[in-house]
Amino acid sequence: MSRHPHVWMGILLWLVFGTAQASWTTNMTPGATEVSRSVFDLHMTIFWICVVIGVVVFGAMIWSMIIHRRSTGQEPAHFHESTTVEILWTVVPLLILVVMAVPATKTLINIYDSSESDLDIQVTGYQWKWHYKYLGQDVEFFSNLTTPQAQINNQEAKGENYLREVDNPLVIPVDAKVRFLITSADVIHAWWVPAMAVKKDAIPGFINESWTRMDTPGTYRGQCAELCGKDHGFMPIVVEVKSKPDFEAWLAKRKEEALAEKELTSKEWTLEELSARGEKAYATNCASCHQANGEGLPPMFPALKGSSVATGPAEEHIHTVVEGRPGTAMAAFGKQLSEVDIAAIITYERNAWGNKVGDMVTPKDILDFKKAKE
Amino acid sequence: MSAVIDHGHAGHDHHHGPAKGLMRWVLTTNHKDIGTMYLWFSFAMFLLGGSFAMVIRAELFQPGLQIVQPEFFNQMTTMHGLVMVFGAVMPAFVGLANWMIPLMVGAPDMALPRMNNFSFWLLPAAFTLLVSTLFMEGGGPNFGWTFYAPLSTTYAPASVTFFIFAIHLMGFSSIMGAINVIATILNLRAPGMTLMKMPLFVWTWLITAFLLIAVMPVLAGVVTMMLMDIHFGTSFFSAAGGGDPVLFQHVFWFFGHPEVYIMILPAFGAVSSIIPTFARKPLFGYTSMVYATASIALLSFLVWAHHMFTVGIPLTGELFFMYATMLIAVPTGVKVFNWASTMWQGSMTFEAPMLFSVAFVILFTIGGFSGLMLAIAPADFQYHDTYFVVAHFHYVLVPGAIFGIFASAYYWLPKWTGHMYDETLAKLHFWMSFIGMNMAFFPMHFVGLAGMPRRIPDYNMMFANFNMISSIGAFAFGATQLLFLFIVIKCIRGGKPAPAKPWDGADGLEWTVPSPAPYHTFSTPPEVK
Amino acid sequence: MSTSTDISRLIKRLVVVVVLMFAFGFALVPIYDVMCKAFGINGKPDGTAYEGTQVIDDSREVRVQFLATNNADMSWDFYPEGDEITVNPGGVNQMLFVAHNPTDKPMTAQAIPSIAPSEAAAYFHKTECFCFSQQVLQPGERVEMPVRFIVDRDMPKDVRHLTLSYTLFDVTARKPPVAQVSQ
Repeated sequence: MSRHPHVWMGILLWLVFGTAQASWTTNMTPGATEVSRSVFDLHMTIFWICVVIGVVVFGAMIWSMIIHRRSTGQEPAHFHESTTVEILWTVVPLLILVVMAVPATKTLINIYDSSESDLDIQVTGYQWKWHYKYLGQDVEFFSNLTTPQAQINNQEAKGENYLREVDNPLVIPVDAKVRFLITSADVIHAWWVPAMAVKKDAIPGFINESWTRMDTPGTYRGQCAELCGKDHGFMPIVVEVKSKPDFEAWLAKRKEEALAEKELTSKEWTLEELSARGEKAYATNCASCHQANGEGLPPMFPALKGSSVATGPAEEHIHTVVEGRPGTAMAAFGKQLSEVDIAAIITYERNAWGNKVGDMVTPKDILDFKKAKE
Repeated sequence: MSAVIDHGHAGHDHHHGPAKGLMRWVLTTNHKDIGTMYLWFSFAMFLLGGSFAMVIRAELFQPGLQIVQPEFFNQMTTMHGLVMVFGAVMPAFVGLANWMIPLMVGAPDMALPRMNNFSFWLLPAAFTLLVSTLFMEGGGPNFGWTFYAPLSTTYAPASVTFFIFAIHLMGFSSIMGAINVIATILNLRAPGMTLMKMPLFVWTWLITAFLLIAVMPVLAGVVTMMLMDIHFGTSFFSAAGGGDPVLFQHVFWFFGHPEVYIMILPAFGAVSSIIPTFARKPLFGYTSMVYATASIALLSFLVWAHHMFTVGIPLTGELFFMYATMLIAVPTGVKVFNWASTMWQGSMTFEAPMLFSVAFVILFTIGGFSGLMLAIAPADFQYHDTYFVVAHFHYVLVPGAIFGIFASAYYWLPKWTGHMYDETLAKLHFWMSFIGMNMAFFPMHFVGLAGMPRRIPDYNMMFANFNMISSIGAFAFGATQLLFLFIVIKCIRGGKPAPAKPWDGADGLEWTVPSPAPYHTFSTPPEVK
Repeated sequence: MSTSTDISRLIKRLVVVVVLMFAFGFALVPIYDVMCKAFGINGKPDGTAYEGTQVIDDSREVRVQFLATNNADMSWDFYPEGDEITVNPGGVNQMLFVAHNPTDKPMTAQAIPSIAPSEAAAYFHKTECFCFSQQVLQPGERVEMPVRFIVDRDMPKDVRHLTLSYTLFDVTARKPPVAQVSQ
């Protein structure tokens, strides 16, 4: 009973059907945690119970439709009641339900386990991105969709992870209990990673709790599962599960990067450098509303091309981006982006799509603006 | 005005036909006229809601944004849901109730005819208001037909106020319709027609009417709370003022779950008349059917939080709602078994009403199976808000409510029009609907399980194949409904004259009056043995 | 047949019903809060100060974590002075939260507390909290705001950690702040 034939068969099948197979997926993923596998087993158990009941009931109906027709000369019977039979088909389904309820209850109790965790992460939903904060670790970042607008608008070929790719994935260690504290900063979102069988609503003003213990390193993808407005379909979740040393290394690097980011603030920037960086940051943070061509989607999302803000005094432009426009869809980015990115975006906006202000807003300007408020 | 109508009543014996012209329809208090208007209105809304669905399916035909922007896509999903639920399904059943309940219980009309007229005419006003929001600045409602706060309050487009008033009007209309049904059934039954002799359609409608009266005020309440949050500074659903967005979901689903049964119970009733007719055999287990319907209705008040398994309910809550939801499978199962037993050893023929009814039983049961899977709370964490849910409720509502309505329409069209409909075309209509519907909604189970969330305008290529199949099925199903329109018009304009009882296996008072049913029937109550 | 007195009596009754239903709508929030507290649903803690005192339970330790989140466009800096503390049930503990208004306008804020796991909400008593009232900060003003709390001795033993989360909402539009001399 060698396992090899299975493995080779699997690889062969994968080679043959490889890409096509993915798009014909018909079932839930068993996932990569104990919980997700027990959920999968539960799903399959109930599915097969339903199939059996279906085959019996539909089989009887179809049999009857073939045999008991007038065209076959069938005389109708006259029975219309049988207490025994009716009690039987009340009690039997009830028993089947009990059989289903037992494993379901066990799995549910397991999911509600509240033992200590190894790592706590706060997950906050925003319109339309996720924010992750590693509690007690001084690491936090936003996770934005990176699929280019051109792919969405069918001007470019779509990548393999179309709409399921982000700039900063959530990174967690393997074989460690990770607790998620889930909330939202605006409307209700839902954080869902199928491979974990974790789906929890992110509710503004409330904190929800969930956990996972991933047992295989790899990249896992999920999406927001609660309608949260315009870009509900464009705020995916990507989780990278790393071995513990890799995770530690990542964490350390992340902290270094945060420091390096701060140093960039004091760097001497040229207009070209800033614009180039701004173009990328604009595509990630601004283009879904103001559009890649700067023309926006009026009246909700005004055009920046030729707008009085983007071609007027820099002060007003900085103010708008950093503090937002209360009462409109324009968010305050002062806390969401680094000074460098804000400066780059503003510089880009002032010099793109025929906006020819020609000036440059440096990270230091943003810092000064923020300091002036303190 | 009332004097004129009173005069009409006084002159009752000389006044056999309807008034002439447009005012006949505006002022009518005749249950058949009002029933007809409800049915036409509902069909118009069915086509409108269907065209919204076509926009959705066209956008989802391929990955990428092709036809509409996400903002408009969300308005389409919202309006599709609202128009289908409140505009197509519910008025269709009220229309059937108006036409058939007086004929089935031997009453001369509905008990409250003037209120009947008013409750119909509220609907065009409500839907004009609702649909007009699509043309307003900022767009129409874009927060889903479940309009969860705060997306529907703090973050809503300005048109939300119109949406709220439209819902109020629909609520008034439904409650008045329900009161009318209850008053008619309880007071106007012919002598000898005891409750346990009533056709099941009447029974299921009686139970539905009580459900409506119980939950429509809850819906009105929840939209009023939204209105106050938006315009009068309260914070029912805003955490900032000490309220709770989850409260919205509790209140909404306390309405929403019984609402699901409001849309399906009358179809249960109609099918329970149609299957015995074409099996030429009495309904199996009439009494248990009545009790099963009543227990489904009662249980429907205890299961609302199964729509909210992921909002963060404590373990005991999840267990309670999981068990309660699973219990609903028992009475539902009893009904399915009873229908199957009614067919067993019958002498069946398969005219259009029977085809739709049999498809109803089988496909609704498939929707029931996926409902049972969704009831399992831990598994629901994977299913919740995915296309699996979309597949589930379309399996319950399309073959359930819509096929139930088609079956009823074909079954009673001869009585309404006095002509037989074109059986060949009707069968074509059935088969195309059957294939289109399954092709549209079955693949949604797959994409849902594979991880596609609902209410998204664009998706990864891994979902592409099944979405394309779904879209093709949906277009076929949508186009087929124009055939239904043609069949109905053809039947009204002519066709083989229908006898009083066009179906040899049929039973009931409605078949004792001539076809087409005269403008006034049962002015003298019939005697039921 | 009905007379006009019958009709007016019916109308009066119906009006009473409408008023009662409207009142019930308003009563829903307190009723819901009571229910949530009774059943531990949704982690919504008490909005009022706890008056009781408890004996410290030295045999047991509970980790209490603090989170601070800004809602949507709230531009204040808002954070706890410590990420977490370990406490004994029954004892009074304190944590300071810092708020700073970096804008050039006076602003009003309301902090909304929430507790995870939600079952523990009923066992978390605040004796003093900045969330009991709204906070007005002048431009550039910075304050340290205390929350003092007791973790109930009766809290189920399997709860070993608690998360106290505050979400800060900008309610300036609702309650315009009165310009005042900063303290």
